[in-house]
Amino acid sequence: MLTKRIIPCLDVKDGRVVKGTQFLDLKDAGDPVEVAKEYDRQGADELTFLDITASHEKRGIILDVVRRTADDVFMPLTVGGGISTVDDIRELLNAGADKVSINTAAIRNPEFVREASAIFGSQCIVVAVDAKRVAGKEAKWEVYTHGGRNATGIDTLEWALKMEDYGAGEILLTSMDCDGTKNGFDLELTSTVSDALNIPVIASGGVGTPEHIYDGFEKGKADAALAASIFHYKEYTINEVKGYLSERGVPVRKI
Amino acid sequence: MIAVVDYGMGNLRSVQKGFQKVGMDAIITGDPKLIADASHIVLPGVGAFKDCMQNLEDRGLVEPVVKGVKAGKPFLGICLGLQLLFEESEEFGSHNGLGLIKGKVARFPKSDLKVPHMGWNDVHISRNSRLLNRSDEGTFFYFVHSYYVVPSEDVTVSTTDYGQTFTSSIEKDNIFACQFHPEKSQDAGLKLLKRFGETK
Repeated sequence: MLTKRIIPCLDVKDGRVVKGTQFLDLKDAGDPVEVAKEYDRQGADELTFLDITASHEKRGIILDVVRRTADDVFMPLTVGGGISTVDDIRELLNAGADKVSINTAAIRNPEFVREASAIFGSQCIVVAVDAKRVAGKEAKWEVYTHGGRNATGIDTLEWALKMEDYGAGEILLTSMDCDGTKNGFDLELTSTVSDALNIPVIASGGVGTPEHIYDGFEKGKADAALAASIFHYKEYTINEVKGYLSERGVPVRKI
Repeated sequence: MIAVVDYGMGNLRSVQKGFQKVGMDAIITGDPKLIADASHIVLPGVGAFKDCMQNLEDRGLVEPVVKGVKAGKPFLGICLGLQLLFEESEEFGSHNGLGLIKGKVARFPKSDLKVPHMGWNDVHISRNSRLLNRSDEGTFFYFVHSYYVVPSEDVTVSTTDYGQTFTSSIEKDNIFACQFHPEKSQDAGLKLLKRFGETK
């Protein structure tokens, strides 16, 4: 039976983990490779690196991080952040990434998603969508870029459907309202998008407890859950979360 | 030497590193001579059937791969590398494959289930083979695919359930191939790569 995926996400800047993790037993808890190995041991189903390196000159650093991770960690690795050309994707895949996550570049030029999925296959093209609830009676969400700073005027559900049509293999759906709150996913957003799409949806933004992840799967209908701080600060290990889910009947892979 | 066939599709580095992790040397190569000289051949691949087949042909790799298989060299097909062994695929119209295994490649039908079938799923062993056996029953591997193989000869080693039961690995003589990605399946996958490398 296909299991629900738990995906820890690391923010990486200039080759270092930001929002430091609390793996004191690691030699270097700021090294994304060390943290990736720890999540590998804990039974993560996939890993995501979000590269928030600002300067263009330093962008090559992430390739080295990906290479070193792929030397030792044998699970799917997604890299996002600043990907805007076919060459960016090729370099990351050649370094050992399995998927890339495209956000702003897709908004700027939706054809880029079509082109990328035609060349590399849908399975490695994730489109990241940052959604913010629109005030009003109707449940609607607007797509934002630049970490929630720039409104696009685009409706989230329409956008997700369009990206599926353009060849996205998966949608990484982040609620900008819930992100960082630790109050749980925006379940209405998640289920609205997941129900309408025929490709997997990764819920993101707001996880503070294992129950939030359970809700994301059961009520939000998500195929995978992405979380950061709950794992970074060792509040729960991934296997603990999986134990919680498994006891409640959610299919998960335990190691 | 294990040769991982490079024909410009997907992440090959993980396959090579997987072999290295279990103490085996593997090269990534698109050189027909090196493939001809290899002791073991691995055909990985993600992407579209037609593009992969086209790339193999354009790079002159169909002949060394088929020759190697027919000479009895241990062969491992991964994901699209499994599908390419078959006679034809219905992906974007019908396309011919290598035809080393009888049968076809079909798409998951439209249903409530998400396509691609993406994530960790378990295998049910149909019969013992060199790379998978009864003790591997229920092992989880990482899958990502929209098409699955339908063999018309008795080659199925394991099946997996996703809305329907499909063939997730096959073995025929020196050919072994799996729909899942051993190089992305943590210890379970590394074990399989090791067994392949040890096959004579």
